[in-house]
Amino acid sequence: MKKTIITVVGKDTVGIIARVCTYLAENKVNILDISQTIVQDYFTMMMVVDVSGMDKQHGDMADELEALGKEIGVVIKCQKEEIFDQMHRI
Amino acid sequence: MINIYEVAETNKMIEKENLDVRTITLGISLLDCIDSDINKVNEKIYHKIYEAAKDLVKTGEEISKEFGIPIVNKRISVTPIALVGGAACKTVEDFASIAKTLDKVAHEVGVNFIGGYSALVSKGMTPADELLIRSIPLALSGTERVCSSVNLGSTKTGINMDAVKLMGEIIKETAEYTKEQDSLGCAKLVVFCNAPDDNPFMAGAFHGVTEADKIINVGVSGPGVVKTALEKVRGENFEVLCETIKKTAFKVTRVGQLVAQEASKMLNVPFGIVDLSLAPTPAIGDSVADILCEIGLEYAGAPGTTAALALLNDQVKKGGVMASSYVGGLSGAFIPVSEDQGMIDAVLAGALTLEKLEAMTCVCSVGLDMIAIPGDTKATTISGIIADEMAIGMVNQKTTAVRLIPVVGKGVGETVEFGGLLGYAPIMPVNQFSCDAFVNRGGRIPAPIHSFKN
Repeated sequence: MKKTIITVVGKDTVGIIARVCTYLAENKVNILDISQTIVQDYFTMMMVVDVSGMDKQHGDMADELEALGKEIGVVIKCQKEEIFDQMHRI
Repeated sequence: MINIYEVAETNKMIEKENLDVRTITLGISLLDCIDSDINKVNEKIYHKIYEAAKDLVKTGEEISKEFGIPIVNKRISVTPIALVGGAACKTVEDFASIAKTLDKVAHEVGVNFIGGYSALVSKGMTPADELLIRSIPLALSGTERVCSSVNLGSTKTGINMDAVKLMGEIIKETAEYTKEQDSLGCAKLVVFCNAPDDNPFMAGAFHGVTEADKIINVGVSGPGVVKTALEKVRGENFEVLCETIKKTAFKVTRVGQLVAQEASKMLNVPFGIVDLSLAPTPAIGDSVADILCEIGLEYAGAPGTTAALALLNDQVKKGGVMASSYVGGLSGAFIPVSEDQGMIDAVLAGALTLEKLEAMTCVCSVGLDMIAIPGDTKATTISGIIADEMAIGMVNQKTTAVRLIPVVGKGVGETVEFGGLLGYAPIMPVNQFSCDAFVNRGGRIPAPIHSFKN
């Protein structure tokens, strides 16, 4: 399993999760966990996904999700899990 | 599993607090490029570096995208050129032709600096060492990306005062050769005491002879992250302050370790070290001086600055050491003047002088860094300042360095603009009293005693 963390930050609007999930489904990315919260009117969502079934390179997915984010009006980042693991776990 | 708050914290560090990996530096040994024919030397150097580094920039960008962390610089360090070119170079032009080759290959592989136009002369100079040193003004004025460094002393050997004297003259000459660009050449020239073999930071990076054929060294940064963390503990005691710095340094360094390992894997080059450093940039919020202010000083340079810097430097190391499997390089807080907005403000406010900076270098990494001084400063005065700084390194068994820029045609009160990461600097006054007789003595200062410590 190759885990990647997708974060979505921006103004809350209808269909953010739907759009992101549609993209992920089309690219054979499996969602393992979703959590979300609203901080000072800003919608913050984190998804843990498994990308081992995906045919694309990580960089391409990051670019496409970023573009999708622009379309919806939110910021979407996609980072390998290790950076968070390294930083927050001994 | 990682939770949403941890993810948000990491991303806030990256987006708002300028957390980045400052440099991935690929060290390349050029010892196998030695030849008695200068054209062959240049050809071998070009091919070796090109082959080793052609994927460096691409790999750096890929890693940056995978983890969502900026990797600001991709650089190369090579074996000190005085050793590589010694057999072939008979004139300063011969040595400068190697600098041109380094510059050319740096452009072609896309790195922004290549370090190692260097000589190690802590005890004595060979004719090749001296020739390389004399070629530095020509080499730096004829190239864009080449960085030069000279090791003038060490705790074990003492200080080579002949070389110190020569470097005072060479720094002046380099300033003169590059006077059209505000003496920019001097920003790419640094002298050391106890120079490390595995430093990833410019301008002092070179690939030491004790190193493997190729190695990946990474320099981390994050003054903004430390500053933001300290904002939350205002008014707390030193225990809380130090714990906060340590925890933050741990997190910052882990990112460096991760990037180093990934780069090592992707380039198939062994991982050398992580350099635990707080390296500022001219960007607002990316300043070491701002951390000192957050610790409780009105400006960097106020009484208490040396103590504040000492504790900062020590806590960064304590936090960082556990975060990385191999630590090396310079490892500590950098206090360059032109590359740190808080330091520039302190100089402009009159809070920070050259003498206070010298005191600060006793307790943190590097030394008198990126300091613009009047262009009419005498060569012997520059040598005197270098000798003082070398003495601090020699006696305290630490690395110290000097990167002064005597800006031709400018004096105290004026400002010099280097651009980019090198920033801008107000020209600082220099003590006007002479040290001519001291510098002109010649010879070397013996190594200090290693017992009877007081």
